[in-house]
Amino acid sequence: MPRYLLSTHSVAGATREPMTEEQMQKAWEPIQALEAEMKSAGAWVFSARLHDPDTATVVRVSGDEVVTTDGPFVEAKEHLAGFYIIEAADLDEALGWASKVTKLISSPIEVWPFVDTAGG
Amino acid sequence: MPIVDDALIGRIFRAESGRSVATLIRIFGDIDLAEDAVQEAFALALRQWPADGLPPNPGGWITTTARHRAIDHLRRESRGRELLDQVAEVADEPTGEEAERVQDDRLRLIFTCCHPALSIEARIALTLRLLGGLTTAQVARAFLVAEPTMAKRLVRAKHKIKAAHIPYRVPSEAELPERLRPVLAVLYLTYNAGTDGPSGDELRVEAIRLARAINSLMPDEGEVAGLLALLLLTESRWPARFTSDGALVLLRDQDRSSWDRALIEEGHAIVRACLRRNRPGPYQIQAAISAVHADAKTFEATDWSQILDLYDQLLALTPTPVVAMNRAIALGEIQGPQAALDVLDGLDLGEYHLFHAARADLLRRLGRHDDARRAYALAAPLAVSDAERVFLGDRLETELEAGRHRGRPA
Repeated sequence: MPRYLLSTHSVAGATREPMTEEQMQKAWEPIQALEAEMKSAGAWVFSARLHDPDTATVVRVSGDEVVTTDGPFVEAKEHLAGFYIIEAADLDEALGWASKVTKLISSPIEVWPFVDTAGG
Repeated sequence: MPIVDDALIGRIFRAESGRSVATLIRIFGDIDLAEDAVQEAFALALRQWPADGLPPNPGGWITTTARHRAIDHLRRESRGRELLDQVAEVADEPTGEEAERVQDDRLRLIFTCCHPALSIEARIALTLRLLGGLTTAQVARAFLVAEPTMAKRLVRAKHKIKAAHIPYRVPSEAELPERLRPVLAVLYLTYNAGTDGPSGDELRVEAIRLARAINSLMPDEGEVAGLLALLLLTESRWPARFTSDGALVLLRDQDRSSWDRALIEEGHAIVRACLRRNRPGPYQIQAAISAVHADAKTFEATDWSQILDLYDQLLALTPTPVVAMNRAIALGEIQGPQAALDVLDGLDLGEYHLFHAARADLLRRLGRHDDARRAYALAAPLAVSDAERVFLGDRLETELEAGRHRGRPA
């Protein structure tokens, strides 16, 4: 079964109103419900939310040395904020899950196909 | 008995290859394999048919021959042999059920080619290449890009279909409206691309042929019928659109006796069926507008109030500046050029050559020749086609002439 990465992004400098504990809980509930729906449909493989880009660290090889620096690696305004890995029969099915996610989080979502490792 | 030459074989392939490619993609699940196999069948036909005569069912011959070729290819590679085991053997002569699936195959393929995950350029190129049977060189020529550029575009698009697993199926009822829109847009853009450029005839014929095919496959979709009618009615005026030396002739000045009556009849019948169905959409309304024009014996006899009504409906459905402009032009035919000009001056269409051309024409009719000249001068460099550029340049000349007659410096 094809696998897809659904990734969401945060925009640097776009601060949101801080949420109360109660608001946070309220926002989180439908997202958890969707995850449960993905699991019962057999689509969910993994999902995670990431900390701010400030917390990322880059490790790279420079000559013979391995150098560790403050991250992230990609100098961009948008940064990876979270992702799902799902299994779907085809792109349309993956897009179906992506539209459910984007409706909940009200920000765009990228759908990336995995390279099939099983000889596909 | 027709002479079986390369031109005839080419025409047959153009008409039949989309069906064959679509069927082979269903059987083998591989676009490149299907394309190559049909291409080989074409090469074989060019060698065999002139000597042996046409097979009784050329379309069936192409599909069967291409299928055998594809199987030969697969046998030669180990991965292919695995795939062959999975592929169900299909009968050579299509049974009733098989024939129905062949119809469905083309429909499946056009939804794959026009999938919203592909760029618009890629959608058009794939549709013309795979369903229209145009060569990469022909598609490249139609869009005025170099052949290697077009080849790369096609390779990338086919890679995305494969890598992202863009499905090969007719969308469900719920998805259909959203997914049909890009399909119709591709056909419309293809036709429009065919109103200009070196391979224009090919593109217009192809757009109409595919619109006919989709209409016969989805007879209940009003907008498909509407698009087909719009294309037929637009095409009916084609012979009158240019003078013998290629200059553009406006609707107002066209020789209506050279309009193609058969196409008008066909377009009218579809528009009437759409009216009975009463589920209007943008293509159906544009077709209805075209039908009103086709009804008028002379430009002066045009039923402008009916056209204005239809533009009101169209503007409500698609409130774009271009529709507002065309509605204003119809209004101008009823209330005079000043009424139209008042509306036009409120529209933000400065980059659109037809906007300046329309303004110029209204200004000319109002006797404001200096302003008309300025508007023609703005329109000409923005024009897309040579014929339009020449036309607008000529009009500019005429206005300069009019200026001189009034004794003013041009």
